[in-house]
Amino acid sequence: MRAVESALNITIPDNARIIRNLITAIQYVQDHVIHFYHLHALDWVDIVSALSADPAKTSDLAQSISDWHNSSTDYFTGVAAKLKEFVDRGQLGPFANAYWGHSAYKLPPEANLMAVAHYLEALDWQKDVIRMHATLGSKNPHAQTYIVGGMAVPVDPSSQNGLNANSIGFFNEIAKKALAFVEQVYIPDLLAVASFYKDWAGHGAGVGNFLACGEFPLDGKPNTNNYWLPSGVIKGKDLSTVHPLDEKKINEYVTHSWYNYSDGDNKGKHPFDGETTPNYTGPKPPYKNLDTDAKYSWIKAPRYEELPMEVGPLARMLVAYGSGHKRVQEVVNLVLGKLGVGPPALFSTLGRTAARGVETLVIAEKLSDMIGELAANMKKGDLQIADTSKWEPSTWPKEAQGYGWHEAPRGALCHWIRIKDQKIANYQCVVPSTWNGSPRDAKGQMGPYESALVGTPVKDPNQPIEILRTIHSFDPCMACAVHVVDAEGKPVTKIQVV
Amino acid sequence: MGKKPEREYGEIYRTLLNRGVTRRDFMKFCTATAATLGLSATYADKIAEAVQKAKKPPVVWLEMQACTGDTESLLRASKPTAAELILDIISYDYHETVMAPAGHQAEKSLADVVKNHKGKYIAIVEGSIPLKDGGIYCTIGGKSALAIAKEVCGNAMATIAVGNCAWDGGWPAAQPNPTGAVGVKDAVPGIALVNLPGCPMNVENLVATIVHFLTFGSLPVTDTMGRPLFAYGKRIHDNCERRGHFDAGQYVKAWGDHGHRQGWCLYEMGCKGPETYHNCPTVRWNEGVNWPVGSGHGCIGCAAPNFWDTMTPFYRRLPKVPGFGIESTADKVGVGLAAATAAGLVAHGVVRAVKGKPKEEKTEE
Repeated sequence: MRAVESALNITIPDNARIIRNLITAIQYVQDHVIHFYHLHALDWVDIVSALSADPAKTSDLAQSISDWHNSSTDYFTGVAAKLKEFVDRGQLGPFANAYWGHSAYKLPPEANLMAVAHYLEALDWQKDVIRMHATLGSKNPHAQTYIVGGMAVPVDPSSQNGLNANSIGFFNEIAKKALAFVEQVYIPDLLAVASFYKDWAGHGAGVGNFLACGEFPLDGKPNTNNYWLPSGVIKGKDLSTVHPLDEKKINEYVTHSWYNYSDGDNKGKHPFDGETTPNYTGPKPPYKNLDTDAKYSWIKAPRYEELPMEVGPLARMLVAYGSGHKRVQEVVNLVLGKLGVGPPALFSTLGRTAARGVETLVIAEKLSDMIGELAANMKKGDLQIADTSKWEPSTWPKEAQGYGWHEAPRGALCHWIRIKDQKIANYQCVVPSTWNGSPRDAKGQMGPYESALVGTPVKDPNQPIEILRTIHSFDPCMACAVHVVDAEGKPVTKIQVV
Repeated sequence: MGKKPEREYGEIYRTLLNRGVTRRDFMKFCTATAATLGLSATYADKIAEAVQKAKKPPVVWLEMQACTGDTESLLRASKPTAAELILDIISYDYHETVMAPAGHQAEKSLADVVKNHKGKYIAIVEGSIPLKDGGIYCTIGGKSALAIAKEVCGNAMATIAVGNCAWDGGWPAAQPNPTGAVGVKDAVPGIALVNLPGCPMNVENLVATIVHFLTFGSLPVTDTMGRPLFAYGKRIHDNCERRGHFDAGQYVKAWGDHGHRQGWCLYEMGCKGPETYHNCPTVRWNEGVNWPVGSGHGCIGCAAPNFWDTMTPFYRRLPKVPGFGIESTADKVGVGLAAATAAGLVAHGVVRAVKGKPKEEKTEE
């Protein structure tokens, strides 16, 4: 959509910009919390250990770190009883066969019980707060109100079929509920868990290069660079210099990907000239292993100035930090201070997981401002939601091209489009998990996942929970296979990270 | 009815009680489920009885060529919530995105269910299954999606295909379908199967299907495309809250115009409601806060067959629909437009592979 708006040079109205920002913001908040509690926490939290927790001590712990209302001894007694009942029934469902009892789990039973309670609370909370997304986007997931030129949600304080004062009130309630949970549950939990795993500030650094394309635009121009969370590139972990992002410097390689380029697989291609021609050379399924010296992935290898880049919350927070974003700097410094670690700790598995929390807090705080912005615009009498001057394809130039960027919760999402004779002539997407999960390029440079695993200590190769911690810290959008190879290059085991 | 001693209750209900769910809340859930199923409120008692008695049935969720939208939709469940569903009502033994184990341990969870509960578990499938080139386009743990689907769905008591991709191949199967993607019905023919299309599926319908199964011991009655009549028996157009504007000839002409702000009919903006069978307007989404037409954007026909090919361009108005319709014209319009879909909609296409058809359905026959 932004790619088409770029190609057709469309400026979207303020209402559309603010509504898009609100949808993105609430999605970040909800998605990051789900990631922490439901997709990542059990790498750090041992549910079985929670069974031996003392509810009174759990209550003390909870009350020492937060004012959250669900913190009494009775409350945790109830959670513990439910957990025991669940386990006693012998049907462990999604929790069967995990690495419970692994010596890499460091939390005391009480912290584990507290986390289990919040795992359940977060599951209920997320479906409530995402109703803002559904109100603005028609439904969640898969919002349906985005149109080229703006949004299809009418704004009219004098109608019951448009966004009105009632909607503003509803959004404010949700924003309050969202912020309360983030401030009083997620952040205290994150800090409490992290304090037991500070050694993870020394693992999982990855490539050390970071790319953010900017999000929450402050004006409606196509390809604006006027963002609340800035765009930029950081190279070699150097936070002192944030380089401006230039889309012309992006190339994709297929040297180790199951595609062919018409002029050879060792040269990169800019997405405007991108080609997607499948060429599978791997083993016939079922198979056990892939040969990483050959082609081994369906993901292309995007590179910026020939360098692999990490994208996602850590990249966004580092770029904002390095660019002088005040609130991000404050919260990052606060988290570092509470954990008693310095900025180098950010370049790690722990840093990645902490940055996601920092971002959630900063965005949850911003929600009410964004809602206020929408209300102020409505008050002015501005009801425009879309620029439809280019709605009919007959109004388009014969040829056009553009690119549109969005920071999805898991990282930079970039689309390039070429339009010819009112049809798509080429469309290429470079998405967060192709940046982070990319295979090697023509020079053999590893992508962020692969690179982050190098040197990770694994206590028990048959129970490689350490691998899950680092891979999950990226919030991968796929089930991906990770192969662990020992010093002699002999495969030790294969971990399907799901 | 006197209060039963707690020990006589089934495991699911007992657990719900222990989780602090009151009898009143529980009955509200049963009534809501009855409503989604299109049953009268008197069925709430029957549903309550069934849920109280049932052991947690093992359920596995397979994800193939998918965007995880149906998984996300699952987490939005409210009646009951995802936590209640996953922890209390079913034994949720395999779902890559939400399960704690990974790798060999995750594979073991799936293998255990297929081996230990053969013919007694429910398989839910999200995503399409690519058949081209030996299945290389979707492999999990080195196995092709097709091999996994054959083994897991082939040994299940019943399979529920959630979302369009698992139904007819969905987006991956849109022309030119580079991976040869198909839905479960074509990948593993002849199994007991219910399809819940939609992009994504509406979780209320998934919950209703599972509860229907627990309550009546059978899958819900479906049309010949395998979609339950309780959710896909009526056109969006017939239940649309904006139908009055269609009949009155009040149409939105441009995004943000007076009609758009007043909630007029979206037909001229390309709405596919007149061709699409789904309970979107009545069940709505996200605890009922909204649905596409309610938000001001037309239906894109996401529960219709091969909708990426048949319902696009999304913003081109449906052909040959006379505007300014009066009721009779509108109905004719609907019948004509929906011909292809309706031809397949023979009311009593029942999935029979599951034993024990309940009396209620027999009387319908």
